[in-house]
Amino acid sequence: MDIRQLLCGLALGAAALTTSTAAQAGDWYIKGFMGTEIRAYTQDAKWQGQVNNPDISLILNPEFRYKSEDRKHRVNIIPYMRATTVDPERSHGDMREAYYMYLGNNFDVLVGANKVFWGVTESVHLVNIINQIDLVEDPDQEDYLGQPMLQLATQQDWGRITAYMMPYFRERNLQGTEGRLRARLPYDTDKATYESGAEEWHPDLALRYSHFIGDFDIGLSYFHGTGREPTFNITSEGKLRPHYSLINQGGVDFQYTTGAWLWKLESIIREGQGKTFGAAVGGFEYSFYQIFESDMDLGVLLEYQYDGRDDDAPVTIANNDFFAGARLAFNDVDDTEILAGFTFDQENQDSFISVEGERRLGDDYSVELRARFITGADEGEDLYEFARDDYVQLRLARYF
Amino acid sequence: MLNLKSSTTLFKSLVVSGLLLSALAPQAHAQDAAEKGYEIAKRSDESDRGFKDHKVKMQMILRNAAGQEDVRDMRFSVKEEPNPDLGDKSLIIFDTPKDISGSALLSHAKILEPDDQWLFIPEDEMIKRISSRNKSGPFFGSEFAYEDFTAQELNKYKYKYLRQEACPNVPELTCDVVERYPQYERSGYARQIGWVDTTDFQNRKIEFYNRADSLIKSLDFLDYKQYEGKFWRPHLMKMVNHQTGKSTDLVYGPYSFDNGLTENDFVKGVLETLY
Repeated sequence: MDIRQLLCGLALGAAALTTSTAAQAGDWYIKGFMGTEIRAYTQDAKWQGQVNNPDISLILNPEFRYKSEDRKHRVNIIPYMRATTVDPERSHGDMREAYYMYLGNNFDVLVGANKVFWGVTESVHLVNIINQIDLVEDPDQEDYLGQPMLQLATQQDWGRITAYMMPYFRERNLQGTEGRLRARLPYDTDKATYESGAEEWHPDLALRYSHFIGDFDIGLSYFHGTGREPTFNITSEGKLRPHYSLINQGGVDFQYTTGAWLWKLESIIREGQGKTFGAAVGGFEYSFYQIFESDMDLGVLLEYQYDGRDDDAPVTIANNDFFAGARLAFNDVDDTEILAGFTFDQENQDSFISVEGERRLGDDYSVELRARFITGADEGEDLYEFARDDYVQLRLARYF
Repeated sequence: MLNLKSSTTLFKSLVVSGLLLSALAPQAHAQDAAEKGYEIAKRSDESDRGFKDHKVKMQMILRNAAGQEDVRDMRFSVKEEPNPDLGDKSLIIFDTPKDISGSALLSHAKILEPDDQWLFIPEDEMIKRISSRNKSGPFFGSEFAYEDFTAQELNKYKYKYLRQEACPNVPELTCDVVERYPQYERSGYARQIGWVDTTDFQNRKIEFYNRADSLIKSLDFLDYKQYEGKFWRPHLMKMVNHQTGKSTDLVYGPYSFDNGLTENDFVKGVLETLY
């Protein structure tokens, strides 16, 4: 765990707590979940140092939330902790959120660590750039580290504009030598290098506009600062050392909702990592409601991913790929849902298969199954290094 | 200029000829029934005009055929749209089940077009515009369909007056019985029969007939209380599915009216600041 981050979060939390309790009586409430998770790999590890055993984890995710009586002052403190049996780098903690927020009439101010999500597409999140990816959590890159920030936002008739000032950069969490789902060479997780002389203290800036007009939802974004994706240099000890460059990125996300169709598009242009490049992902989700005269809905998804980056930029697998998926919602009292996706690389013929299912068990428990498989990845192809890291994962969570 | 007596005579003769006409021409009769039905629905709708906004906590109790219960807690706020050609705006925030606590559904109701709806998923801090085409699907696993929540606007239906009788669940009151036919697309219902009392003009019961025209559900509006001296609200709504034996109760806490909610409390951007 990054001690500075934790201390920073706690200090902010404490400051926020004092401010808010001084300002107005209100309510604290505590909720969250604790869970246990087992991840079993279907094949033996490929690279030296990796462990074959299933990874058993304990997860603690309490949420401390405060809201003043007049609802103008809010505090969220949400630590996240995972302890696992295999990879010490995967045993980690983070302040997912630790902020104070003031809500004015048509503006709001937030100070502290927070999680922000931008975008609309299912298979890849191109425009979403505020938070660093917590990669040891899940290779799907949908878990994020809390980002320290000052956030100013205003809501007007014509939309919401948000400005973010981010004084501190979070390094990507990478697997240790023992960990699965890593590259051939182990990562040097202690010594990242930066383009900025200020290293992780380079002040990053971002702007976001979002609104809807009738059936159209639109988001525009701009980011300047240390890019969240690393490139890697090989050290003299034969390790991969992450390097973070300064980038400028403009992004647009767009959704057109008509009948049972959701048409989605995300696109970025990025400068600072190799030649300036563009990337886009677009497609649709179409829903069949109450299939076979049941309460179930079936959504089918199709997206195309394009990325124009060169070899000097961080590696992406989503460069010329099709994603096809299906989402089955049972609409039962347990909110049972299954999402299956298949990503196929047009150039290399390798593909990635993901199946996720979850449901509630009674009032307090939920169970989640995830399975991920890689097929057809030959030497030199994007997914080759992870080709033997197919796994099945089961999580049981108790909510409180 | 007509004197009072002759105008009364004129009135009588108009009524008599009207009755004759309606007896002779069933089409005209149907038109009368439609108009009368619409007038009753309109009177009921107007009894609620000017409430501005309301907020309420509610509990949804889902019961399966064996009587097993699942409970969900939610907060519901609504902002009135004064123009009857547009719909109200509403926000539902879920407090339980615990695993979806903090999820929110924002709806901008329309009259005949599909509503605009956004879902906020706190786990991912994600706002999703969702399709509202699924009118007849179950609302969060309950016996209420989405349209049972969102389709309460006057002009979403055509009406037909049926009869007057004692209200089914409050026999001391008299009810107008009005049949209504959804005009918006993709409704799961061929028709609904509604009981509206003649004293306070409130909905007392609705029976729902599916596309095959068989009775599938009935909804009782119970425990009415009056707020601000004029606005009536039920505090228990019981939906029973006659085909599956399942039922859903909506139990409402006290309402608060005129909270000063503005358009900005019901825009997509507000979902980012709720939780």
